Amino acid sequence: MAIIQPIAGEIEPHPDVALVERVRAGDVAAYDALVRKYERQVFRIAQHITQNREDAEDVMQDAFLKAYEKLDQFQGNSKFYTWLVRIAVNESLMRLRKRRTGKMVSIDEDITTDEGSVPRDLADWAPDPEQNFGQSELAEILRKTIQGLPQGFRIVFVLRDVEGLSTEETAETLGLSVPAVKSRLLRARLQLRERLSRYFHKRKGSKGSKPRETSLAETIPAQVTPGKTGVEKK
Amino acid sequence: MTCKEFLALLDDLIDGTVTADARAELESHLGRCGHCEVIFNTTRKTIEIYRSHEIYDLPTGLRDRLHAAIMARCKKGCT
Repeated sequence: MAIIQPIAGEIEPHPDVALVERVRAGDVAAYDALVRKYERQVFRIAQHITQNREDAEDVMQDAFLKAYEKLDQFQGNSKFYTWLVRIAVNESLMRLRKRRTGKMVSIDEDITTDEGSVPRDLADWAPDPEQNFGQSELAEILRKTIQGLPQGFRIVFVLRDVEGLSTEETAETLGLSVPAVKSRLLRARLQLRERLSRYFHKRKGSKGSKPRETSLAETIPAQVTPGKTGVEKK
Repeated sequence: MTCKEFLALLDDLIDGTVTADARAELESHLGRCGHCEVIFNTTRKTIEIYRSHEIYDLPTGLRDRLHAAIMARCKKGCT
């Protein structure tokens, strides 16, 4: 008779579980290991939300400290990483609130725009378009482009596509419904694509690289304000 | 399948969460529609570029400062 193999991943506990247990037992080195593992992610999330380097540094510090202090409240029914991300997102929003004293800050702001929900720039990109730019120039383009996205789209894109949370985890972290996350993700992806197209068009034969606004835009009911896409919103 | 219908399922196609039947329909549309093919390829590339490039460098010394702050909080009972 065939032996039924356990499904990998269901039996094996996540490696963070052991580290968390060690920290709970008083082993600070285990927490250092968790910090090293997730510091980049936490810093990136903080930077994407606050858009300010000093704030992002403070948020990273505060988020890890808070997670350390509240580790006893961590239930273990979610991953340590997603729990940490939730703390980092909340700390970032709080920081933003402080900076804009008196002004409410929510992940819903600025999302009324329909810009980019209908693709307009249909010109193809160069193969490996990032090769046409130096490292720092490319990083600047990517920063500028994502910073121009409405906050509510940017956070969803960062958590879901950059930091690798699932749609459900993203929804839970941000207090959104799954359909809301899906709709924001599509629009975030399309807006970023649209904005990056300005830089990544095929360059040879400049005529061919002009944006064409044809069938897709015509097929879909127009929701966008006609005009230049990719205008940086402030 | 129309371009609008294709666009509604674009994310599922990119994320690999479509059924086999839907995938076949989407791929058949892609084969016929150059515009949707561009949208599909460049959207996928957009995600890949953001995933593979570090656009915010971690400040040096931040980890050490954090370590010091944690040590300061756990003077009692930490090893």
